[in-house]
Amino acid sequence: MLRLRTQLQRGLMPVGLGLVAVLLHLLIRSLGKEFYLTQLTMAVYYAIVVMGLSLVMGYAGQVSLGQGAFFAMGGYTAAILTTHDFSAYQTAAWMETLKGMHIFVSRPGLYGGEVTAMTPWASFFVAMMLTAGMAFVIGYPSLRLKGHYLAMATLGFGLIIHKIVVGSSLAGAADGINGVPEWNLGGALTISGKTPLRVTNYYVACGLAVVVLIFLRNLIRSRVGRALQAIHDRELAANAMGIPTAAYKLKVFVLSALLAAVAGVFFTHYTGGIGPSEAGALKSVRYVALCAAGGMANLWGVTILSVLVNFMSLRGWFGSYDHAVFGLLLIAMITWCPQGPLKPVGRWIRRWSSRRAGGEELGR
Amino acid sequence: MNLLEVKGVRRSFGGLVAVDQVSFEVSAGQIKAIIGPNGAGKTTLFNVISGVLKPDAGEIRFKGRPIHGLRPYRIARSGVSRTFQNPSLFLQMSVLENVMVGRHRLSRYEFGGCGLRWPGQAREERAIEEAARGQLERVGLADCAMRSAGSLAFGQRRMVELARALATEPELLLLDEPASGLNTREKDDLGDLMLRIRGDGITLLLVEHDMSLVMSLADEVLVLHNGMPIASGTPAEVQNDPKVISIYLGGEFQHVAAGQES
Amino acid sequence: MDNTSLALQYFFSGLTKGGIYAVVAIGFNLIYSATGVLNFAQGEFVMLGGMLAVSLLAFMPLPVAIALSVLIVTLVGCSLEVVFFRRLQRHSILHLMIITIGLSIVIQEAALHFWDEKVRSLPYFTGNEISSVRVAGAAISPQVLWVLGTVVVSVALLHLFLKCTLYGRGMRACSSNPEAAMLAGINISNMRTMAFGLSAGLGALAGCVISPITMTHYEMGAPLAIKGFAAAILGGLGNPMAAVIGGLMVGLLEAFSVKVLPAAYNDVAAFAILLLVLFVRPHGLLGSPAGEGVREC
Repeated sequence: MLRLRTQLQRGLMPVGLGLVAVLLHLLIRSLGKEFYLTQLTMAVYYAIVVMGLSLVMGYAGQVSLGQGAFFAMGGYTAAILTTHDFSAYQTAAWMETLKGMHIFVSRPGLYGGEVTAMTPWASFFVAMMLTAGMAFVIGYPSLRLKGHYLAMATLGFGLIIHKIVVGSSLAGAADGINGVPEWNLGGALTISGKTPLRVTNYYVACGLAVVVLIFLRNLIRSRVGRALQAIHDRELAANAMGIPTAAYKLKVFVLSALLAAVAGVFFTHYTGGIGPSEAGALKSVRYVALCAAGGMANLWGVTILSVLVNFMSLRGWFGSYDHAVFGLLLIAMITWCPQGPLKPVGRWIRRWSSRRAGGEELGR
Repeated sequence: MNLLEVKGVRRSFGGLVAVDQVSFEVSAGQIKAIIGPNGAGKTTLFNVISGVLKPDAGEIRFKGRPIHGLRPYRIARSGVSRTFQNPSLFLQMSVLENVMVGRHRLSRYEFGGCGLRWPGQAREERAIEEAARGQLERVGLADCAMRSAGSLAFGQRRMVELARALATEPELLLLDEPASGLNTREKDDLGDLMLRIRGDGITLLLVEHDMSLVMSLADEVLVLHNGMPIASGTPAEVQNDPKVISIYLGGEFQHVAAGQES
Repeated sequence: MDNTSLALQYFFSGLTKGGIYAVVAIGFNLIYSATGVLNFAQGEFVMLGGMLAVSLLAFMPLPVAIALSVLIVTLVGCSLEVVFFRRLQRHSILHLMIITIGLSIVIQEAALHFWDEKVRSLPYFTGNEISSVRVAGAAISPQVLWVLGTVVVSVALLHLFLKCTLYGRGMRACSSNPEAAMLAGINISNMRTMAFGLSAGLGALAGCVISPITMTHYEMGAPLAIKGFAAAILGGLGNPMAAVIGGLMVGLLEAFSVKVLPAAYNDVAAFAILLLVLFVRPHGLLGSPAGEGVREC
C-alpha cells in the first residue's frame, strides 16, 4: 500500500508540472499575449542551466562561473556545424558515407545555392562530447582544491571562450551566428522559431525542463544525492565513509556543464542563432545569482525564480538596470534568505505530506 | 597475519614531530586501546592510519596490503571505518540519512542508475534504509531516525556516528575518544556496545582517556608519549609500568621517562 | 626598432601591467588572509579609483583629486566590510564569496549609471602622450615610471606596515590565528575592516596611476580581477609579498605573448596562465604544497 502511495506521489510531480505549464499557456492565451510564449520558452531554457548549477552549488557546494560558457559551447558548436558550408569536401569519399549516416546533409542555403552542413542531431552529439571534455579538463584540477579555485577557473574559462568567440570570424565575431536551421526531433516535434510552431516549442522546452527536473530529483533522493549532500556538509567525513568525493564533485560539474550545453543547443535552434553575449561573464553571474537567490539546493525555488526573472528580463521590463537587478537580487537573497525564499514553504509542504503519509514523524 | 600492522610511522608538522617510530599490530577480534597524555599524538596517529594524513615515513598494512598514503575513501572501502573526536555528522541531514550514507560502499547505483531510476535501484534503496535502521537499533536510537542530526544531544550524536561507521560493515573500527563527553551511564552502555560489536566480529582500535573503560575493555594497550610509544601490553602490565606512571604523575620516575626521549 | 629595444618595450609594458596586477593581487591576499573570502569585487576598486579621480579633477588639482579619490574608495571598502561581512558572520564562505560577486556587478552597473560607458582617463602626471624617456635604450612614457614608482613605494610601505607597526602585526596575527588574536585583545572585526580598506585604497591608487596608459572605463574591473587572482595564486595565496612576484610574472608573460598570439588574444594569456597554475602547482611558486587554503581533503 505504501509503495502505491509513493508511486503516486512520485508521479504527481511531472503531472503537476505539466499542469502548471498548460495553465500558464492558457493564461497567456486568455490575455491575448501569445508572443509572451517566445520569451517564456527562452526563459525555460535558461532555467535548465540554473537547474544544473543548483546541483553544483547546492550539493557540491562550489561556485561555477562558467555555465554561460558551457551554454555557449553547446550553442556555438551546434550553430557552426549546422551552418558552415562543408561543400569543399562534397566530392570526398567519406562525405558520401557520412551523408548516408545522416551526419551531413545538403540543403538550400540562406542566400540561394546549396550548403553541405552537419545535421542537427550529429552536431548535438559533437557539442555534448566537446562540452563534457572541456568540463572534465577544467574541473579535474580545480575541484580537488578549495571553492574559490573553481570559481576563478570557470570565470577565466568563460572569459577565454568569450574572447575566442568575439575574435573569430568562424564564430561570427561580434555579431554571432545566424541562420541556424530547425531541428526535427522526430514526428511533429521541430525546434524552430517559426510562429506557427511557437506553442509546440513552448511545450518542447517545458517537456525538457520537466525531464531534467525529474532526473535531478531522482538523483537527489538517492544514494548519490545523499553522498553529494554529505560532501557539501562535511567533506572529510564523507570521504571517510567511502565516498570518492573528488570524483563525485567532478561528475556533478560535468553533468551541470552538459545540462547547460543541452539548453544551449536547443536555445540556438529555437532562436535561429547565438551571440557572444551568451558566453560572457555577466550571463554566468546571472545564473549564479538566480541559483543563489532560489535557494541553491532547492530545485523548485531555483526553477520558478529563474523562469520568472529571466522572462521579465527578456521582455525588457528591467530597462537599463537589467544587469544591476541580478546583482542586487543576488546580494539581497543571500543576505536575508540564504536557504532560498521557498525554504519555509518547502518545510511546510514536507510536514504536510509526511503527516498524510501515515502520521509517524513530523517533518524536519 | 595481523589485521593491522603499523611500522615505524612518523609524521611531523613543520618543526614539530607529532608521532615518531610508532610500531604496533592489531590482531583480528581484538580490542586495542591507545592511551597517553594530551598532545601525545594519538589523534594524529589515527589520522595517518585512516588516510586523512600521509605519513612522512613508515608503513601501514591492512590485511597484508599497504594502505599508507591512500585517500581516506579507499581505506574505508577496504574495510576500515572510523569515528572522529568531535562527532562529524552531516548536520543538514536526518539521523537516518546520516547512517544511510554509511552504506555507500556496499551499494552501487551511480548517477545514471539513480537519476533514471534503473530497475533494482528502488530495491537497493530500500535495502539501504533497512540496514541503516538496523544499525540505529543496535545503538539504541531507532526512535530518533527522522530527527535532524543537528538537533541531537552530544552523546546521541556520538552514537549516531558510531551507527554510521558500523553501517559500512567494517572489519576494523577506529574509535577516536568515544567516551569523551559521556556521563557514567552512557559510558557503561558504550562499553557493553563495544563488547557486542567485538562479538559480531569487528576489531576495535580506540584512542581513549577514560582509564576505567580502557582497563576493563581492552585486550592490549599501547601508551604514547610525545609521539613515541613507551609501553605496550595488557592493561595490567601497562598500569604497573613505571614509565607510564611517571608520565601521568610526574615525580621521581621522570628521569626514566626522559631517557626514552632522544 | 631592433630586437633588443623591442624586447625592452615589451619588458616595460609587462612591468607596468604587472605592477597593477601585483597591487590587485596584494589586495586579494590581504582580504583572503583576514577573512578567508576571495573578493571578486577587487577589480572594481581600481576602476572606482580612476573614475572618481577623473571626476574630481574638474574641481581640484591632480594630486588632491587622486588623494581624495583614494580616501573615498578606502571608505567604500571599509563600509562594504562593515555592512556585509560583519553582520554576516554566520554565513558560509561560499555565501560571502557570492556576495562579492553580486557586489562586483552592482558596483559596475552603478558606475555605468553614475558616469557612463565612455572611456576616460586622467592626464599624464608629467609630460603628455608623446613625451618619452630613454631607459636602457628603450623609449618609455614617463607615466610608466610613475606606475612602477608608485607600486614599489606602496609595496614597501605595506611591507613595513605589516612588519613593524602594531596594527600591521595585528593583521598578520588575525590571518594566522583569529582565535588567538582575539584572546590577545586584538579586535579582529576592525582588522578585517582595515584589510578591506587597505585593499580598496591600494587598488584605487593603482587605478589612478594607470589611468593615462590603459584608460579607465566601467567594465575594466572584471578582467583585472582575474589577472590579479592569477597573479595571487601564482605567487601563492595568503602571501602578500609573493603576489608582487606573481603580478610581475603575469604582466611580463602577457606582454611577451604578443609575439605569439594575435593582439586580440593577449588577454587570454593571463587566463591561460591561471588555468595552467591550477593544473600544475595550485599552491603557487612560493606556497607550500600542504598549505592551508589549498586542498579540500
